[in-house]
Amino acid sequence: MERIPILQMGQFLIVTIQVDMHDRLALTLQDDLTSRISATNAKGVLIDISALEIVDSFIGRMLANISGMARILDAQTVVTGMQPAVAITLVELGLSLPGIKTALNVERGMQLLRAALGDRQADPEQDDVDAPVEA
Amino acid sequence: MPLSKRDLLPIRAETDIVMVRQAVRKACIEQGFSLVEQTKFVTAASEIARNTLEYGGGGEAALETHIEGVRKGVRIVFTDQGPGIADLEQAMRDGFTTGGGMGHGLGGAKRLVEHFEITSTPGVGTTVAIARWK
Ligand SMILES: Nc1ncnc2c1ncn2[C@@H]1O[C@H](COP(=O)(O)OP(=O)(O)OP(=O)(O)O)[C@@H](O)[C@H]1O
Ligand SMILES: [Mg+2]
Repeated sequence: MERIPILQMGQFLIVTIQVDMHDRLALTLQDDLTSRISATNAKGVLIDISALEIVDSFIGRMLANISGMARILDAQTVVTGMQPAVAITLVELGLSLPGIKTALNVERGMQLLRAALGDRQADPEQDDVDAPVEA
Repeated sequence: MPLSKRDLLPIRAETDIVMVRQAVRKACIEQGFSLVEQTKFVTAASEIARNTLEYGGGGEAALETHIEGVRKGVRIVFTDQGPGIADLEQAMRDGFTTGGGMGHGLGGAKRLVEHFEITSTPGVGTTVAIARWK
């Protein structure tokens, strides 16, 4: 079955969405992430959508669901790299994505997750997170 | 309005929604839409295509590109033979859903495009047309 890969980096799970997802693929990602969070005890989830050309209500709802379920499992979610045209469109569509944290890019997203963990003296080697995340 | 091209796209499965998005994107680029215009129009088309599949039980989309003098436009008409919508005003309202959605599809799509038309007859089906001119 077609799947979006989930990478683990320490206490964080990282997903880069690089395809125009059909609805079932989005739901599979939602389920996979939820089970990975509980299996790995991850404290943060970063979803990079910089390659996504649209976010419609279905994808928006998936992002909100992931963030909500992660919270129940005691993990923070941050969505990174939303294209400006996508953000403008989402607002007009009427989706405010309540409760979803966003960051400009993966690096800032990681900072946000670390800060949320209160992990101030992060391992310096782990700071190098702006390298492209392989899917 | 002189028509320059018309393609029929089936909407029978979830993957067809992706095909519709890609075909609409291509048409918008051909017509010289800006990135924001493309994104809004493609997103609106995606919402309506999903409704056609989810509530209309499937149907088809006729994607048209138009050239009228220096003006260029894209229009897409979604048709299904599903149960139809008894109360259109209610269906258009943000937050109204009979499915598991957030009820932003129809209202949101209308805000995202210049021209939005919906006709529906209970027991016969639903037609939604959206269009945008450059
Ligand atoms: N093609 C259709 N045939 C029959 N009913 C429809 C059709 N399109 C929309 N509806 C009805 O109108 C309601 C509102 O549609 P709308 O797209 O605004 O919201 P939704 O699909 O329920 O949720 P969302 O789009 O936010 O995920 C639907 O719940 C459904 O009852
Ligand atoms: Mg809808």
